[in-house]
Amino acid sequence: MRKLKRVFTYVFLGGAAFISIFPFLWMVVSATNKSVDVTRGRLLPGSHLFENFRKLADSTDLWTSLWNSAQIAVLTTILAIVIASLAGYGFEIFRSRLKDIVFNILLLSMMIPFAALMIPLYRMFADISSSAPAIGIDTIASVMLPTITTAFLIFFFRQNSKMFPKDMVEAGRIDGLSELGIFFKIFMPTMKTTYAAAGIITFMSSWNNYLWPLIVLQSPERKTIPLLISNLGSGYAPDYGLIMLAIVIATLPTALVFFLMQKHFVAGMMGSVK
Amino acid sequence: MKTDKAGLSIRTKSNLTGWSFILIAVVMIATFYFYPMAQALILSFKTGTGSNLTFTGWDNYIRLLSDKTFLTALTNTFIYLIVQVPIMIILALFISVLLNDSKLKFRGFFRTAIFLPCVTSLVAYSVVFKYLFAADGLVNSLLMSLSIIGEPIQWITHPFWAKITIIIAITWRWTGYNMIFYLSALQNIDSSIYEAARIDGASSFKQFTKITIPMLKPIILFTSITSTIGTLQLFDEVMNITKGGPGNATLSISQYIYNLSFKYTADFGYAATVSYSIVVIIVLLSILQFKVAGDKK
Repeated sequence: MRKLKRVFTYVFLGGAAFISIFPFLWMVVSATNKSVDVTRGRLLPGSHLFENFRKLADSTDLWTSLWNSAQIAVLTTILAIVIASLAGYGFEIFRSRLKDIVFNILLLSMMIPFAALMIPLYRMFADISSSAPAIGIDTIASVMLPTITTAFLIFFFRQNSKMFPKDMVEAGRIDGLSELGIFFKIFMPTMKTTYAAAGIITFMSSWNNYLWPLIVLQSPERKTIPLLISNLGSGYAPDYGLIMLAIVIATLPTALVFFLMQKHFVAGMMGSVK
Repeated sequence: MKTDKAGLSIRTKSNLTGWSFILIAVVMIATFYFYPMAQALILSFKTGTGSNLTFTGWDNYIRLLSDKTFLTALTNTFIYLIVQVPIMIILALFISVLLNDSKLKFRGFFRTAIFLPCVTSLVAYSVVFKYLFAADGLVNSLLMSLSIIGEPIQWITHPFWAKITIIIAITWRWTGYNMIFYLSALQNIDSSIYEAARIDGASSFKQFTKITIPMLKPIILFTSITSTIGTLQLFDEVMNITKGGPGNATLSISQYIYNLSFKYTADFGYAATVSYSIVVIIVLLSILQFKVAGDKK
């Protein structure tokens, strides 16, 4: 009976692991094959990787999209963690009844679905376009602005700030540091792990964001990588090898971040329910 | 009361410093969440094309009640919700209980592998799934070569199978994500509780229902609420796997709102009305889930 259970456990987990990994393997293998071989269901690596790559780079805005996505994801991540950690720290260190109320109101925003926001947001940026073209429709700023600050990230930093020793704030004040000085020189370095986790989560969601960029980005030279892939995938005569390669390239940064910082990533997700 | 050079009390000064830390965040959330939220409400009482909108009172809400496409989108979304969320949560619970066994070999590998789908973008995995589940795709040829099916299943183009495809896709993407939460919660349960239960002769099933489930209840509640909110906002998958088709068989509410605003003649007012239906549903379902979880205590 015991043994049977053991066997079942391994077979079940093995099956689940296989199903989870298989689409990745297939996508990597297909990126090296000709389109016809992909449709024929070839599961062995082929020799068309470079040709697929050349075609992809020649026929699409691959580099532009990658560059747009990279700029948006990096800038969003930096701004997001600075703004959210300032707020999380502020809410935890300088407590008052009114601030607690404000905090709870901010948390309510987590319940608002994006679908309810996208039309007013679109109109807002469309209105701004004529007076401030730099942050209007079809700009990187318009993609970033609504996604930079989330109540979740503020909540995440506030939860983690609870573990930050308050004595250090006092010590900093006695040493004559300003409040911002304490934040940048003491809090930030001590909370490196928290920042790493928050950074990974923000980077991933920004890199993978689809619906909002789909709405605000209009010209081809502004497209981000998910938009490029979505476009490639909707064609009538799709070149499967080429599309699979594009998907592999788009997945690489987040997969890399995941493998390099697995522990922080998992810790970050857990931090959200602690 | 102590005062500094400017004449402010230390308490007031510290309070002001505190506000300055949270100011940017408060302004950003107010501007990009609460202000548009209020705008959407106003918009939902207006009708017109593009930016030529006039107040028409409850017209949009009346239209909503007799809108067949909305009803289809709503039904689809609830089918996803009722079928997919429980399957995923049970699956994730089951896997995490199996993985929690400290004597299990390759634990790290299993955990990483099952979590891996979470690193893909919704668009990227959707396109991959679209090809895997194509009529002449790999899934069909595999099922046929194993003689499970005689002829190819029209995964993408048959109303029933298209929904199944979407459900399979979402389950693939999110099971590992939920598993991580359960796994961490399981590791916080003192193993002596299980030992005591074993000595008392409780079966594995009994241990699971009497110890694991009650201990994990807050996390199960958290994951079911986040999954519910996620499913109600489903967009990327339907847009990239089925485009909402065949007919409107897989259309989600979010995609319907998108279509109303950006695909057909832009009707922002009515689209805002539809979007408020999601707000109402999310609030109602969240209250319900809290109630259900609270009552059993």
